[in-house]
Amino acid sequence: MSARELVFWADAIVAVMSAGVVVLHRNAVVCALALVMNLCSIAVFFLLLDAAFLFAVQVILYAGAIMVLFLFVVMLLDPEGQGLAGRVGRIQLTLTVAGASLLLVGMARALPSAVADTGILPEGFGGVAGVGRLLFTDYLFPFELASILLLVAMIGAIHMGKKEVER
Amino acid sequence: MIDLLLGAGPLAALFKVAVVLGVLMTVVGNMVLVERKVAGWMQDRVGPNRAGPWGLLQPLADGIKFIFKEEIVPQAANKAIYIMAPILALTAALTTFAVVPFSDRLVVLGREVAPIIADLDIGILWIFAVASLGVYGIVLAGWSSNSKYAMMGGLRSSAQMISYELSMSLSVVGILMVTGSLRLADIAGHQADTVWNIVAQPIGFLVFMTAAFAETNRLPFDLAEAEPELVAGYHTEYSSMKFLLFYMAEYAHIILASSLMVLLFCGGWHLPFVDGMLATTSPGFAGLIHLGIFCLKVSFFLFLYIWVRWTLPRFRYDQLMRLGWKVMLPLALLNVAWTAALILWGIA
Repeated sequence: MSARELVFWADAIVAVMSAGVVVLHRNAVVCALALVMNLCSIAVFFLLLDAAFLFAVQVILYAGAIMVLFLFVVMLLDPEGQGLAGRVGRIQLTLTVAGASLLLVGMARALPSAVADTGILPEGFGGVAGVGRLLFTDYLFPFELASILLLVAMIGAIHMGKKEVER
Repeated sequence: MIDLLLGAGPLAALFKVAVVLGVLMTVVGNMVLVERKVAGWMQDRVGPNRAGPWGLLQPLADGIKFIFKEEIVPQAANKAIYIMAPILALTAALTTFAVVPFSDRLVVLGREVAPIIADLDIGILWIFAVASLGVYGIVLAGWSSNSKYAMMGGLRSSAQMISYELSMSLSVVGILMVTGSLRLADIAGHQADTVWNIVAQPIGFLVFMTAAFAETNRLPFDLAEAEPELVAGYHTEYSSMKFLLFYMAEYAHIILASSLMVLLFCGGWHLPFVDGMLATTSPGFAGLIHLGIFCLKVSFFLFLYIWVRWTLPRFRYDQLMRLGWKVMLPLALLNVAWTAALILWGIA
């Protein structure tokens, strides 16, 4: 087993286990931390694909910026660390099983073709130039659409927050 | 033996890490002494002068004192996270130095040694990535202590760091556009060929410096540990070595911010006329002089940090947020747009 494979398997175990903790742990702060760990382990996968730029961006954006905000909200809403409600109701259980099976079916359909595709990575995969070119050509419209969606959500949140204060 | 330590193998890399960490820790320890001395002079006092001549042994005395202090873990604290937080803070602060170059080339005992631990292509991004993880140390310390003062400090600092991280990264974008590389050595080298970025992009420097002060939680932006209102902020409940780890992390961050200001904006290890004079000397000697110039420049910014701390009063929290979002962020965006326009017109 090469060093690369060793890192891959170690990282894979960390990724799956931290994902499990995100779903199963009762303390919301621990869940958020496990999610940070999960995002970082996925960043290491990018590193294994020689995409150092994607690695850095994944850590900066997801682990460094977005998750800090998540943690911020979790701490504000649940400062005592009491965790979420204890019992799992019948509806939640049914929905969880249904959602999980749907996801499983989707993955079972998508994965074989994805695995078949992994041959040789395209030239400059995950580099600054490669990502930048894709962002400003093929994915320009979806990217701008997503940013407008986020802007709308932000304005909505500010509007609703303002109303609360005036009353 | 010397070949093993100065070559290119894993042992050589470990040796280099040990040297860099050793120097860093020494500087961190002595920064505390310099800070107290300068503060003393600015307030017309003598400063610490009991331990050793001119108080030179003060860092050592402080270190020993911290080690022998009683360790207190609050009963209501989340113990695992409480212990993890200071480790995370210092680890993140120290790991960033892996990609900081100290000179252009070094020759030790007749062997060429790269003056950097890991020469990554994404240098500056690595620093931003690891530094952004350092926020967790502060946030988690605030949360896990289970104390209202620590909690408030943690919340404040997380909001502050997110706000200023944005303007900090954006202020560097202009430089990256002009240089076309993320490696810190390339950025420093580019300035030697043209002009220093502090002249070419003064707005970028202003935003970066302000954001650097905010990111390191120093006065005038040290709201996370504002003594009159928050006792000591996020590290209120920490004692002994755990407190020392936070303290060292803060000073390591200051050294990092100073090194970045030198490398990104002030020409790194270059001086306008010295480079020409060094062209005829041996590369080993030139490398040493460059190392000295780099250290001198960093020392100036370290002094600036102390100078500002004992000169300016603290901002109020809403002022801090307004400055970050309504002044610094638009300025950083303006800098990006202006640089892009100059490149488009073929001026820069």
